[in-house]
Amino acid sequence: MSIFDKLAAAQADETPADETEADGAPRPTRRALLQVGAVLGGGLAVGFLVPVGKAAGPGTGFAPNAFIRIDPAGKVTLIMPQVEMGQGIYTSISMILAEELDADWAQVSVDHAPPNEALYANSMLGMQATGNSNSIRAFWTPLRKAGAAARALLVQAAASGWSVDPASCRTESGQVIHDASGRRIAYGALTGRAAALKPPTDPPLKTPAAFRLIGKPIKRLDTPAKTDGSAKYGIDALPDGVKFATLAHCPVLGGKVAHVDDSQAKAVPGFRQVVVLDNIVAVVGDHMWAAIQGLRALDITWDEGANANVTSAMVMERLKAASNSRTGYVAKSVGDVGKALASDATQAVYQVPFLAHATMEPLNCTVHITPAGCEIWTGTQVIGRAQKTVADVTGLPLDKVIVHQHLIGGGFGRRLEYDMVTDAVRIAQHVDGPVKVVWTREEDMQHDVYRPSWYDRFSATLKDGKIDGWKHVLTGSSVVARWLPGAAPNGKDFDAYDSAADMPYDIPNKHVEFIPEEPPGVVTGFWRGVGPAHNVFVIESFIDELAHKAGKDPVDFRLSMLGKTPRLQAALKLAADKAGWGSPLPANCGRGVAVQPTFGSWIATVAEVEVDAEGEVKLRRMTCAVDTGIAVNPDTIVAQLQGGLIFGLTAALYGKVDIEGGRVQQSNFHDYRMLRIDQIPPIDVHVIPSGEAPGGIGETGAVAAFAPLANAIFAATGKRLRSLPVDRDILAGRKPA
Amino acid sequence: MASLNVNGQVRTVDAPPDMPLLWVLRDLLKLTGTKFGCGIAQCGACTVHVDGAPIRSCLMPISALEGRQITTIEAVGTTPAGRKVQQAWLDLEVIQCGYCQSGQIMSAAALLAGNPNPDDADINAAMAGNICRCGTYVRIREAIKSAAKAV
Amino acid sequence: MKIGRILLIAVAVVAVIALGLFAWIVTGPKPMDFAGGGTVDLAAYKGPSPTGVPADFASADPIARGKYLTQAADCQACHTAKGGVPFAGGLAFNLPFGTIWSPNITPDKDTGIGTWSDAAFLGALHKGVDDEGKPLYPAMPYAAFTYMSDADALAIKAYLFSLKPVHRENKDNTLTFPFNQRWAMSIWARLFDPDKRFAPQPDRSPEWNRGAYLAEAMAHCGDCHTPRSLAQSLDNRRKYAGAVAAGWRAYNTTADRQYGVGAWSDAELAQYLATGHADGRGTAAGPMGEAVDLSLSHLTASDIKALVAYVRSVPAVATPDQPAPVTHPAPASPKLGVADAANPRGKQIFEGACASCHSWTGQGSLTPWATLTGGRAVNDPTATNVAQVVIAGANRHIASGFSFMPAFGRAYSDDEIAAVANYVTARFGAQGSSVTTKQVAALRKAAS
Ligand code: FES
Ligand code: FES
Repeated sequence: MSIFDKLAAAQADETPADETEADGAPRPTRRALLQVGAVLGGGLAVGFLVPVGKAAGPGTGFAPNAFIRIDPAGKVTLIMPQVEMGQGIYTSISMILAEELDADWAQVSVDHAPPNEALYANSMLGMQATGNSNSIRAFWTPLRKAGAAARALLVQAAASGWSVDPASCRTESGQVIHDASGRRIAYGALTGRAAALKPPTDPPLKTPAAFRLIGKPIKRLDTPAKTDGSAKYGIDALPDGVKFATLAHCPVLGGKVAHVDDSQAKAVPGFRQVVVLDNIVAVVGDHMWAAIQGLRALDITWDEGANANVTSAMVMERLKAASNSRTGYVAKSVGDVGKALASDATQAVYQVPFLAHATMEPLNCTVHITPAGCEIWTGTQVIGRAQKTVADVTGLPLDKVIVHQHLIGGGFGRRLEYDMVTDAVRIAQHVDGPVKVVWTREEDMQHDVYRPSWYDRFSATLKDGKIDGWKHVLTGSSVVARWLPGAAPNGKDFDAYDSAADMPYDIPNKHVEFIPEEPPGVVTGFWRGVGPAHNVFVIESFIDELAHKAGKDPVDFRLSMLGKTPRLQAALKLAADKAGWGSPLPANCGRGVAVQPTFGSWIATVAEVEVDAEGEVKLRRMTCAVDTGIAVNPDTIVAQLQGGLIFGLTAALYGKVDIEGGRVQQSNFHDYRMLRIDQIPPIDVHVIPSGEAPGGIGETGAVAAFAPLANAIFAATGKRLRSLPVDRDILAGRKPA
Repeated sequence: MASLNVNGQVRTVDAPPDMPLLWVLRDLLKLTGTKFGCGIAQCGACTVHVDGAPIRSCLMPISALEGRQITTIEAVGTTPAGRKVQQAWLDLEVIQCGYCQSGQIMSAAALLAGNPNPDDADINAAMAGNICRCGTYVRIREAIKSAAKAV
Repeated sequence: MKIGRILLIAVAVVAVIALGLFAWIVTGPKPMDFAGGGTVDLAAYKGPSPTGVPADFASADPIARGKYLTQAADCQACHTAKGGVPFAGGLAFNLPFGTIWSPNITPDKDTGIGTWSDAAFLGALHKGVDDEGKPLYPAMPYAAFTYMSDADALAIKAYLFSLKPVHRENKDNTLTFPFNQRWAMSIWARLFDPDKRFAPQPDRSPEWNRGAYLAEAMAHCGDCHTPRSLAQSLDNRRKYAGAVAAGWRAYNTTADRQYGVGAWSDAELAQYLATGHADGRGTAAGPMGEAVDLSLSHLTASDIKALVAYVRSVPAVATPDQPAPVTHPAPASPKLGVADAANPRGKQIFEGACASCHSWTGQGSLTPWATLTGGRAVNDPTATNVAQVVIAGANRHIASGFSFMPAFGRAYSDDEIAAVANYVTARFGAQGSSVTTKQVAALRKAAS
């Protein structure tokens, strides 16, 4: 019995699966933990279920492991341990599996994995989660083995059928072939026999030279359904009889509900009920408009609680005080740090603000609680935690909690949290029948889990035109300490100093120290680019300052200290070359460069900007060179860097969450601004061919944007920006730098 | 009770006159391809066609739509411009998370229907109201140009 | 000796000019003088009383009547802090010479007017003195409220006293010398507050008289729409010719067909007053939007009609600095109208943040309330209100619905706001503005 069959059996529950959903899709049963996509023009539309029994019940197919199912008709269904949020992971994972399996790509479709830590945990995160740009790094080898093992069984099954030596058979696009006898048989025809065989423990893997899919620009599987509106995100879930709800938390972070007068709301057409919890007020209606209008019509008195006087300025003051008065965790110490503090040392302080995720798909979760159990429909980066919080809130056992995973309309770290699931379930406990809870954009933005605000102190000395001493003290909140309790004892937060402790330059005397300081009332979380998004900005900006102090060209200065990281050196040379580094520019224009050793990818980026007298910044061009090892799907890598750069540039130019009176001031896209298509320059991404193991990509572009932009602005104006977002008053000379 | 012409069919819905089209489409007619992004006409995720013109359905009261032709992403493929745009989106691998793309495609289809070969300024004027948080703008521009070339 | 003479003469001349100017200002007409005809005391007036509540409210309870009059006088707008409890005060009036804070007028005994006698209340409305006889700053429009009948003033007091007392300490004004000399205000009052109740004009229609009472004694329209003299008194020689107040422009509402509302139909004028919008005439935002939401939209149709009759009778004053609105839509093509090169930044902001609602023609694509064509704002060559509404947005709520525009001020720079204001006036108005970054910065301050 395969692992897969064990899984199916473990979850067996004889509820029939014949009711259908509003959209005609088969209705889930507790037995149906596996979500199966409907194949649409070779792509897929996810978000509905086919019971496991139907999809791959014993005898009806071949399921050698948790990731692969082949039915007698030859249809290959691959189970995705990582969730699709735009990074193209469904396609890349499928390519890896199909590569070693030698599957017929046209026969491949994918399904979301159910919550199951034993089968689908991400080895680099220690749980079933999608984040830190490590999906490929974590699953590269296990998936290749899974594919190869399945292939071996199919070969064995065919060989025994022909009674020939398996070694004399080869495979190609879904068939086992015996050249000597000219016989060939399709995988589908072998499923019955193969299912009975025992998978080999260590099947041989292909050599990169033999790759047919990996390294080719393969069309994404998830896009067709995303062009015709059929793709289903969490916010699109419509179980039969669903009601619609929207909610309000206290505008002051952490506040509670004191009193609610709903006399006006009752008059709103479509209004159903008000749900009042200790910290949330929700209105349920026949449609979202009724819920929104109903909520507007409520007269809510809040108990603002302890944070009513918190401001972002106060938070920055606290970081500064901590930075100057406390010691923290020393993440790196080599040589004599005293060298960094010599009298001729260059010193600088950098500051970055809180940031919101503003995923395009607002937070949402649909919940149906019945006496028998609870089903939720949502798109989450932490399906296991989502399932667990439902169990915790409802008191149900885990196996009575069904999580319908959906495509994610933007994660960026926000959906590494499960607060939206907890809130929705708590509301649903007071609603009879299924309810879809949707956050308004305002609620989503003002009750986010924010990218921490940081305060960085640098001191460095130069010798022979290189950096001799380096001291970096970073002060901010420890996201890992909250997100993974116990994983970051006394400041040992690997994410906080990622790309700082392990900066690529060889510097003889180095000291990197992290001082954790939590902002009152503000919950902080992972944000695309995580630790490095902040560290690479401050480090590469300060490196730029030192290059100018040393009178060196910023590219040469960096190259001279990258001897130990040839891959990064090569990326820097390529980016500088492609960007026309050093070639003359019009007045008020400048180029800036930065490098990053982040997420197992080596990237150099050059920004070219123009700054006018009013301090307005015009992006002229972005050039990026990336060595990410084996590029599983090169086009996806280019796309992720193009998009990631824009994500980062948006934050660098506009990103800022202000807190006044304990209230987040920004509320929607008019005051939390996004770059628009008419501001986007040409973006050239050059992928460096490599045979090394694949690196991470999803967040690298966001990391890569900040420092080159700031350095380019310095080149254009002579003004060094030591805080973000870009302050146009400083560039216009209306305010001191 | 209001009656609307959506994707060529007359649909009757029980909705107040001030209810924005977006929620009628998504919650009452179950046409969830049209997305909610901001609710204040700043992101374009909710774009549909009303008599061929791109409209932000999140602020469009249905009272103003009696007798007008509404087309959503689910049916834009039946229009020549819409089909071309969808194909170009696939050919150039525009899409990432995809959440904004219904709106992007609707805006682009309306642009091409009225202007068979737009230049960059035309594309900016027609598309700048559509935010893409994933940053697919570079490819959106390329895809519109290639759709314009497609015959 | 000679020099002494010349000096003397010079001084004399200056003194005469100053005196003349002073006389010119203090002898200026009173608000209703333009109407000519003689007046009679209210008591002696034969027609239906122009004071009190309209017929629809005649049988309502005293509190309801008091509420109607309180709304008609729009006490709430000034006596409520931004986002604060109604009538609890705390709204800042930022003047060139300091800040005045509106006081708490809830019946709280320590911080409100809970201990005020009827006489004290009448003193404030009619004479501009508080319960201790200290003079009030004319930010309180007592020179208008002085026309209010005692009965109506006390009905308002009764309503205010029916509200929940709110304990909110009044903020001290922060004015510089000499403006911090409160006593000086009593001189101002003596010069510019006639301290007379409304006196009807028998040769005008009862409707006109009701309108006059509402406009002058209650709504105090002139406080924003009539230009002010050097002495900050209303210059009724140019009554309703328009002025800038609190950083927003109140437009010319005289009978001038080109520069005022002379060309508006009665229906348009009535719709605008009652809802803050008239198709093709624009949509109110800022202080006028607030006046409609809190005050005018609550008036009965008969009172709106009376207001229209009165406003129409105000003599035309030409204000060529505010050209007549362009009434035809801008071209549908973004390329036509304003050349891209003329103001690329303004165009870029418009196409991203504005076009979705206002469209390239200026005809609101989602609601006529978003139509720019024909509105005064986009035709104002100073773009004052365009810049202000971009900064502050609009969030209008009236019984018949709401209209909303986001406040872009936080995320867009002064330079960007100037650029988009200049683009909008050039594309949709009579003559493009050339607002500067500095001016936008000043507008932000004036309105905050
Ligand atoms: S949801 Fe309509 S424009 Fe954003
Ligand atoms: S593709 Fe994700 S928001 Fe556009």
